[in-house]
Amino acid sequence: MLTAQGLEVVYRDVLIGLRGVSLQVRTGTIVAVLGSNGAGKTTMLRALTGLLDVHKGKVTKGSVDFEGTRLDRMDASAIVRAGIGQVMEGRRIFPALTVDENLRTGAYTVRSKAKIRENYDRVLELFPKLVDRRTSTAGYLSGGEQQMVAIGRALMSSPRLLLLDEPSLGLAPLIVEQITGIIREVNAQGTSVVLVEQNATMALSLADHGYILENGRVVKDGPAADLLADKDIQEFYLGVGDAGRKSFRDVKTYRRRKRWSS
Amino acid sequence: MTEFLQLMVSGVSLGFTYALVALGFVIIYKATEVINFSQGGLVMIGAYLVYNFTSTWGLPFALSVVLGMLATAGIGLIFERIILRRMVGAPVFAQVMITIGLLFILQNLVTAIWGPDPLNLGDPWGVSTVTFGEVVIQVRQLWGMGLTLFVLLLFFLFFRFTPLGLAMRATAIDQEAALAQGMSSKRVYMAAWGIAGATAALAGVSIASGAASLSPEVQFYALLAFPAIILGGIDSPLGAVIGGLVIGITQSLTAGYIGDIAPWLGAGFESVMPFVVMVLVLLVRPYGLFGTPEIKRV
Ligand SMILES: Nc1ncnc2c1ncn2[C@@H]1O[C@H](COP(=O)(O)OP(=O)(O)OP(=O)(O)O)[C@@H](O)[C@H]1O
Ligand SMILES: [Mg+2]
Repeated sequence: MLTAQGLEVVYRDVLIGLRGVSLQVRTGTIVAVLGSNGAGKTTMLRALTGLLDVHKGKVTKGSVDFEGTRLDRMDASAIVRAGIGQVMEGRRIFPALTVDENLRTGAYTVRSKAKIRENYDRVLELFPKLVDRRTSTAGYLSGGEQQMVAIGRALMSSPRLLLLDEPSLGLAPLIVEQITGIIREVNAQGTSVVLVEQNATMALSLADHGYILENGRVVKDGPAADLLADKDIQEFYLGVGDAGRKSFRDVKTYRRRKRWSS
Repeated sequence: MTEFLQLMVSGVSLGFTYALVALGFVIIYKATEVINFSQGGLVMIGAYLVYNFTSTWGLPFALSVVLGMLATAGIGLIFERIILRRMVGAPVFAQVMITIGLLFILQNLVTAIWGPDPLNLGDPWGVSTVTFGEVVIQVRQLWGMGLTLFVLLLFFLFFRFTPLGLAMRATAIDQEAALAQGMSSKRVYMAAWGIAGATAALAGVSIASGAASLSPEVQFYALLAFPAIILGGIDSPLGAVIGGLVIGITQSLTAGYIGDIAPWLGAGFESVMPFVVMVLVLLVRPYGLFGTPEIKRV
């Protein structure tokens, strides 16, 4: 089980990233984290995985506990070793490396050759499409295939908790469905999942529990089914009802911003 | 024809030496984005350490070369560990200035210990030569080329097959994504400086061996290797090797033929030629032959 309590994050000593976020992921469950752009979703994942340093950010308050180990003073490498894997926002595969090499980078913390082999076989079983692309340069793969490489890479360390940051971003509906199936299967094989998404329908239909982040705070949380049925959430995140067009436009500007920043 | 082959052999041999020096630059640049101006200093101290092991301590030459490479790798590690590590996040310009400071330290250290006068490295090759047809090759050139090829092969195997080699490549591409896989940037930086030190020592040996002598001048080879790096693409190890060869051959052929073709350019023009070639290549390919067009910063 992962428990984050009252996490506060500050970037460059002045910019506030999180204003006290608490989150719980019970072993074996899928937790969805929703929120519009700038809500702090990625910041929360960085706080959990020790990646704030690179962004000149730090956790100023709060704690993170994973299966009895305190993560908030550990570096990224130790957190991976503790059993947490992640798929970063924007996939972030190594474009100049081959698919195989990308997968090997994910096994960096694994000592046993046999274990690496086992994880590798498991990844190729989950993503049969990658079998023929093993020696291809990863940067030339399609967006969907790159997302598979990113997920496969994260699974190479056999994490007990997998964090995914907007895996559906920029992918066609059919591919999103495939990715959804993969996440469900990975979870069924015993990995807990935190799924950060803009695609609320997809995330909530997969998840057991959901959190909604706004302005660096959790504004709502509850069983995913309840959130799916909630009127406000339908309006703001699912694009249903009168507010539908507005949130649709939000999504559009968000997409545009994404393209500029990538 | 014989003259041409003769010049080519010298050119390739010289080129391999430049390649070794250039590799050190490139590996540190790729890992840390710092242009290490102390590389020439490492070349120099590496050669002097080998001299110390073999001539002063009387150890066998081969063992002395290995020890010299290890010791210079150690100096690189120390530089990284106690100085540049503290500079991470500082402006790259400041880090580059620090490496210039390190060069001065090495220069003073060498002249303080061994003095400014030329010494004999103490290599077993001396001025002996072998002859293929009519082409005469110095034994030290053959060894220099053989050892460089061997080191390049080790490099290739290291980067391709070891976890640390893979971590170095991944970190150079996307540091944050590499961290997210559990890779340690600190280890990558240290490895880069260690490798740069080891290759520098080997380069120092091949420069100061044979008929040449060991003096603080050895460090200036690093400046001549500079066009090789820029030409090959500053972030490409393969480019460093090809760039080194291009510069070495250019220099050798220019020295050989300039008197016949364009005597008005004057003797010594061969030292200018590498820079001419560099500028010509950059006009066509601004990032060098093998460089990455856009070098991204995290
Ligand atoms: N590297 C950074 N330096 C400074 N501020 C940052 C940095 N990254 C994020 N922030 C700020 O922290 C806040 C939360 O951003 P974050 O990226 O976590 O949001 P998000 O929910 O992931 O948004 P998106 O859906 O667009 O990815 C924003 O105000 C943002 O400007
Ligand atoms: Mg984000």
